[in-house]
Amino acid sequence: MAMAEKTTATVPVSQTAGMPRLHKIIFAVLLAVLLVLPFFVYPVFAMKVMCFALFAAAFNLLLGFGGLLSFGHAAYFGGASYVAAHAAKVWGLTPELSVLCGAAAAGVLGFAIGSLAIRRQGIYFAMVTLAFAQMVYFVALQAEFTGGEDGIQSVPRGDLFGVISLQNNIALYFFVLAVTFGGILFLYRIVHSPFGQVLKAIRENEPRAVSLGYDVNRYKIIVFTLSATMAGVAGATKSQVFQLASLTDVHWSMSGEVVLMTLLGGMGTIFGPLLGAGIIVTMQNYLATFGAWVTIIQGVIFVIGVLAFREGIIGVLSRWLKKPL
Amino acid sequence: MTVALEAKGLTKEFKGFVAVKDVDLSVEKGTIHALIGPNGAGKTTCFNLLTKFLQPTRGTITYEGRDITRMKPAEIARLGMVRSFQISAIFPDLSVLQNVRVALQRARGESYDFWRSEKLLSKFDEEARGYIDEVGLSDFTSERAAALPYGRKRALEIATTLALSPDMLLLDEPMAGMGREDVDRIAKLIRRIAKNRTVLMVEHNLSVVADLSDRITVLARGEILAEGSYEEISKAPEVIEAYIGASHD
Repeated sequence: MAMAEKTTATVPVSQTAGMPRLHKIIFAVLLAVLLVLPFFVYPVFAMKVMCFALFAAAFNLLLGFGGLLSFGHAAYFGGASYVAAHAAKVWGLTPELSVLCGAAAAGVLGFAIGSLAIRRQGIYFAMVTLAFAQMVYFVALQAEFTGGEDGIQSVPRGDLFGVISLQNNIALYFFVLAVTFGGILFLYRIVHSPFGQVLKAIRENEPRAVSLGYDVNRYKIIVFTLSATMAGVAGATKSQVFQLASLTDVHWSMSGEVVLMTLLGGMGTIFGPLLGAGIIVTMQNYLATFGAWVTIIQGVIFVIGVLAFREGIIGVLSRWLKKPL
Repeated sequence: MTVALEAKGLTKEFKGFVAVKDVDLSVEKGTIHALIGPNGAGKTTCFNLLTKFLQPTRGTITYEGRDITRMKPAEIARLGMVRSFQISAIFPDLSVLQNVRVALQRARGESYDFWRSEKLLSKFDEEARGYIDEVGLSDFTSERAAALPYGRKRALEIATTLALSPDMLLLDEPMAGMGREDVDRIAKLIRRIAKNRTVLMVEHNLSVVADLSDRITVLARGEILAEGSYEEISKAPEVIEAYIGASHD
């Protein structure tokens, strides 16, 4: 060859169509662990981890596979939690319908904001998403139905499909497990679909995708909407678990936290965001006694994470194993 | 002879600086037409105008008799006019096969299906392998595109472009940065794929286009300096002056 280019050692492309065996095994092990987990740890804590894992996975669809950094994902997560809490408490809907309402609201919101935000790129895109998220925060603070500083409290847990009572933490746990695990598998499918293939092409080389005749903005709006919807599913489910929708869920720091989870675990990997969410939520939970120091500790871990594992924990692992994870 | 692509009075101004001025260009169907000129002559701007990556300040562009002046780049691609890029335009993290499949997938639809498995795409494998074969990359089918040497990346780019079955190809310096061996291979490839297509290529290097193109347009300082066959333009004093003057001062 007349000219050889320097190539970086990276993970080889997966050639097999369908889910690789390694992924099947990891999902199976994960499911097995989650099935017995509530008998060993406090179920509410486990449910919180699962909700954030789905939130981070939804965010990763946009950042890791769509190449779009949104800095306002709290709007969909928190917005959906308010709508779902309102649906369960005021409209008296069953849990699954409340979650659907929340997800639908997040999807509509995501479509509207996404359609405007994708007109800008890079840092401007992030700023536009942040600005809209701040508006959603303002609405949550000021609107009548959101309860201002109090949020929506004592949301009833209700009966699943109108028959199965979710008062019991274990029963609720399996509902949350079904929703979040199903959501993560759905996100996996999106990444490995014909649409996902085009998405990766756009992320890799946008001008070339345009020159092949792809209307890239449409793909970006769709992936933004899908990501917002799934973030909504996570937020709506969380409101059912904690029987609460509060300003924390729509605050900009929540948008930052999901970026942190995704980067720490490994953006653009399948399992990274799940691990990232697990680490961050566990830290917040067990370090809670340190009070405000949690933020400092989190910051230090993030700095170390970024310096030592630039591709995130799973990203580095994936490179070692030479297998996409 | 019918005209495939035609530009009339094409002008592009950037904040007072005129990059392309009153360019009239017509590319005949089924020919290889080269656009050449020294550095800074406005070749790339002109090329980006024709492929709609830039909007002209003035002037019209027609393709197969249809006014495309105000169209979006993705639209003209769907009309069958596909461009390449100066730096090799591949999707580095996808395999060679997947690169070509992305093009086939667009033409056949299903690209919005986010709920279906990508197994669906394996129905394009056979056709994709055909194009990969055509550019001599069959040994690299499952290689990651980023790992290919430069010349082969360009070949992959051409395979991807061919997969769209375009009637017209616009190549932006297809030989830029290549060694001798690669230049010959890509030249051969261009000649072969141009058999039943129209090609417009931008080139910096006169010798490369000499035996490849049917017609050559020389651009200098944003304006057309000369047009004709290689024999004609290589003798034109203004072309010699522009080239020698530009490269040896």
